[in-house]
Amino acid sequence: MSVSDVTSTPEIELRSLDELWFQVAGTVCNLTCNHCFISCSPQNHSFEFLSYEEVNAALQESVEHGVREYYFTGGEPFLNKELVRMLKRTLNFGPATVLTNGTVLKKEWLEELKTAEAESGFSLEFRVSIDGPTADINDPVRGDGTFDRAITGVALLCELGFLPIITMTQTWDDSENLQILESFRTVLKTHGCDRPRLKILPRLKIGAEEKRTEGYQQTERITAAMMQDFDRNQLLCHHSRVVTNRGVYVCPILLETDNAKLGKTLNEALGSFPLSEGACYTCYQFGAICTNSTLRPLESAE
Amino acid sequence: MKLALFGGLYSNYLALGSAIADAQQRNVDAVYCLGDLGAFGPYPDRVFPLLQQHNILCVQGNYDDSIGNELNDCQCGYTDPKDNYFAQISYDYTLANTSDQNKLWLRELPKEIRLQCDGLNILLCHGSPRRTNEFLWESTTSPAFLNRLAGEHDADVIVGTHSGIHWQRELNHGRQYVNVGVLGRPENDGNRNVWYAVISTGKDATPGALLCSVRDLSVPVSVEFIPVRYDHHRLATEMQSERLPDEFLQTVLNGWWTTCLEILPSRERRAGQY
Ligand code: SF4
Ligand code: SF4
Ligand SMILES: [Fe+2]
Repeated sequence: MSVSDVTSTPEIELRSLDELWFQVAGTVCNLTCNHCFISCSPQNHSFEFLSYEEVNAALQESVEHGVREYYFTGGEPFLNKELVRMLKRTLNFGPATVLTNGTVLKKEWLEELKTAEAESGFSLEFRVSIDGPTADINDPVRGDGTFDRAITGVALLCELGFLPIITMTQTWDDSENLQILESFRTVLKTHGCDRPRLKILPRLKIGAEEKRTEGYQQTERITAAMMQDFDRNQLLCHHSRVVTNRGVYVCPILLETDNAKLGKTLNEALGSFPLSEGACYTCYQFGAICTNSTLRPLESAE
Repeated sequence: MKLALFGGLYSNYLALGSAIADAQQRNVDAVYCLGDLGAFGPYPDRVFPLLQQHNILCVQGNYDDSIGNELNDCQCGYTDPKDNYFAQISYDYTLANTSDQNKLWLRELPKEIRLQCDGLNILLCHGSPRRTNEFLWESTTSPAFLNRLAGEHDADVIVGTHSGIHWQRELNHGRQYVNVGVLGRPENDGNRNVWYAVISTGKDATPGALLCSVRDLSVPVSVEFIPVRYDHHRLATEMQSERLPDEFLQTVLNGWWTTCLEILPSRERRAGQY
């Protein structure tokens, strides 16, 4: 390999379509978190809601691709009034996960979903974003009062027998992780969640987060040399695509990147993608942070 | 054709002994083990002579790859610090107590075994056909995905283990995916027994078998999941004397998983107590 090859931008091909994402609320959110990597807000209509028909069509198309599970994100998915119907439909095909901020959940929606989940035999997972175990840590990032509102949502999920996964975007030092996890467990127990599932996620320094702190350095890029002996399965774009109202994109992270739209339909969006963005560097370091399971490579042989 | 299929042994040589006796009594044509011989239980060397005496061919699990090659961990891919803490205790114990000869044996096991039964392609793997340490849980694996795997790997019946809970799904054309469960520890349902599976094809299939219609064939395939009882008190006592964590003993004695829970999807997690 010559020097320019080693430092050049590597391409990643789609190994297989394992997870299908739906940008179901576009970039519209009831909150305006100042670390949001796609700068969602009540006013950001850069991407709009998906319709039930669009989701249903993609579900049907997904079968021939052998999709294993489905993810719903935004913005805030529950702002889309068709979400419950979409999730119920999805559970006929396979497992579903909703990434929500937990602040707009309604009991009757969750009861309906609970029944649908039980009948389907698949898991319906809720990933609720709360950025720390106290309002003091969370609210400066996500907005005044959002900690209490999200915890109320989590308590409701637990009351109905769901086991929500709480995801925290890390805005503190690594050395504080264990203590943060421990105090969050305690907080959740007082709200009726006796089996807390917690995940700490790295910050993606794009969108609003780029303005809040800093963006990526030019050196924070994946190079071809870095991809040698690297397990590509760690990258979401190796096994996922995201359906938006503007077409199919490479991943739910790079919606604002020009070349990230790969086609109008799933079949048009199966091509490879250059890993040229700073956010790709975070994926490289931390793995497929957006999914529920992260697989580590087998050390030998594969 | 009638096959007995054992999942992860996790050093539970007592359950292995009971399962072998049970399978013999059912007049099976062959017995296979799908890997993960060590982990969790005591005296890892004790499962080897049983497997070898009874000519039980084994697939290499992630644990076997790790122990055989003396890697640093079990490659289960746990992401939670607590899960990793307990996983590492059993791993270090198993690594230290497996003989060199048995490590060599583990190192040479195949990643998969392919069988022809009454014209059907039966694929024995550990996690999934494409990846030894991939977890296939009932509640997070769509039929579309399994159909893809069956097609890509040219299998009419895919048989695996690794996740620790048995389940089965019918696929297109009467093909099937079967997770045989594990002999190593109980299934997180409050029962002390462990499980294995008997798959029968052709004239050995039981009434109500699923008809697998592929190529120009139409072959009945039946799957029975067999609960296995064994002296779990003795296993717990031996684990205690080997100073394995009390959390592991509790699982053996009470049938509920106490560790490595963060990897479970919500549905499987809710079925348990912790
Ligand atoms: S981080 Fe989530 S909750 Fe916050 S603005 Fe973005 S989409 Fe909305
Ligand atoms: S941001 Fe991550 S998932 Fe998206 S293209 Fe880059 S590496 Fe892939
Ligand atoms: Fe395994």
